[in-house]
Amino acid sequence: MRRRDLFASVVALALFWQIAAWLVNRPILPPPGLVARVLVEELQAELPGHFLASLWRVIASTVLSILLAAPAGLVLGQSRRLNALFSPIIYLLYPVPKVVFVPVVLLFLGLGDAPKIVIIFLILFFQVLVLVRDQAASLRPELIQSVRSLGAGRRALFRYVYLPASLPAILTALRQSVGTAVAVLYVAELFATQRGLGYYIYLNGSNLLNYPAMYAGIVVMSLLGLGLYFSVDWLEKRLCPWEYAH
Amino acid sequence: MIQIEALTYGYHGGIPLFEAFNWETQPGEAWAVLGPSGCGKTTLLYLIAGLRFPQAGRVLIDGNELKRPRPRSGLILQDYGLLPWASVRQNVALGLNVRRFYGPDGKHAPAEALPPANVDTWLKRLGIDAIAEKFPGQISGGQRQRTAIARTLALQPDLLLMDEPFSSLDAPTRESLQALTLEIKAEQNLSLVIVTHAIEEAAIMGRKILLLGQPPNRQAVVIDNPGSEHPAYRNSSEYLALCQQLRSRMEPARTMYATP
Repeated sequence: MRRRDLFASVVALALFWQIAAWLVNRPILPPPGLVARVLVEELQAELPGHFLASLWRVIASTVLSILLAAPAGLVLGQSRRLNALFSPIIYLLYPVPKVVFVPVVLLFLGLGDAPKIVIIFLILFFQVLVLVRDQAASLRPELIQSVRSLGAGRRALFRYVYLPASLPAILTALRQSVGTAVAVLYVAELFATQRGLGYYIYLNGSNLLNYPAMYAGIVVMSLLGLGLYFSVDWLEKRLCPWEYAH
Repeated sequence: MIQIEALTYGYHGGIPLFEAFNWETQPGEAWAVLGPSGCGKTTLLYLIAGLRFPQAGRVLIDGNELKRPRPRSGLILQDYGLLPWASVRQNVALGLNVRRFYGPDGKHAPAEALPPANVDTWLKRLGIDAIAEKFPGQISGGQRQRTAIARTLALQPDLLLMDEPFSSLDAPTRESLQALTLEIKAEQNLSLVIVTHAIEEAAIMGRKILLLGQPPNRQAVVIDNPGSEHPAYRNSSEYLALCQQLRSRMEPARTMYATP
């Protein structure tokens, strides 16, 4: 996507918002100009703290899920026997919407960051696990054999074949689930916390009735999702250039 | 060079591909292994490469029984041998990187330090220096095979094992790569074993031809092909006669396979 197109879309959306605000003409839909002003004010107050709390939860759970799911996926992808053992369990758990576990995780882990991180981790973990496993399993035996014939044992195969092969799978998994992760983060932050964008949006919308601030929170949360998505895109172009070369 | 002693090998449930099979090659020889699909020729190559192991009998190279891939044997497959995420240059350097990764341990890399190999020299020798920064997905089949050959030669092998290396290429590309392979074989004084189902390729590449038939293969059928060393061999009547002979000897095996 070109920058000019991106800019044009932002302008178009803002315009649409402005027109809708005129038509609705009620405090529950403030115009974008007002929200932008409040956003700037809020950015000098408490909003950055909430943003960082949410960002930290997403980053921590992403890193955790990659660290645990990618090696597990590589092992399952290489070992037919282990995969046969675990794939029914994964098959059952993979489609379960992890967001329904929010109350359960909250009951077990209580206050603080841990339950939020665990919930997002659960979503990302299965996504990364399944994609890395399938990627590792799809590596052609000819490729493995020819690299083995160059002298590669298990460690070198891991370093030169399995690791680089799993990178695009990890990034695809993140791209597919980063939106869901932010959505679930919002839900998770409605409970048992006083930090995070979810809490901030809910507080301003339902308790303080400060609608412009609520919208400012929504904008920041959207930017968080968008930023994560762009980061994955950027990483993919940097780390997987062969996928873009034609 | 290669000694195969009383080799028995088969896939479970099937007729063994080899049964008490013996075969021997000398250093510096060019061998073509010819046979119909399912005769066990690729399996034989994998056994020599140390990627599979005999169920009975032994495979020895230079008098040593194979327990793992031998550092100085180079294997080139028909396809899918290149890392799709690595550039041509990185692919050519792969074997050297694997060696550096382990150090000269005698297991994954030769125990004695070889003179340092230059990736650029091999990129140039195989004529792929201009596409060194491209990925395998961006280049032609012939260029991919040149990359695979450069990668293997960079490891300074003394034995080159090729499994149908040119069968997915068009005729002119195939012929030029056959010629290049023979040229490099002579230049580096390599032993060569090339597995093929194409009679013409066996006749061009093999100074000696090992003919495999319907399994189980019990005896090595060897055909001498002294003419193959002459540059104009491809156009000689001798070549045509050999092709004819090979065709008729492969025929019975083929009709047996044709029955459902």
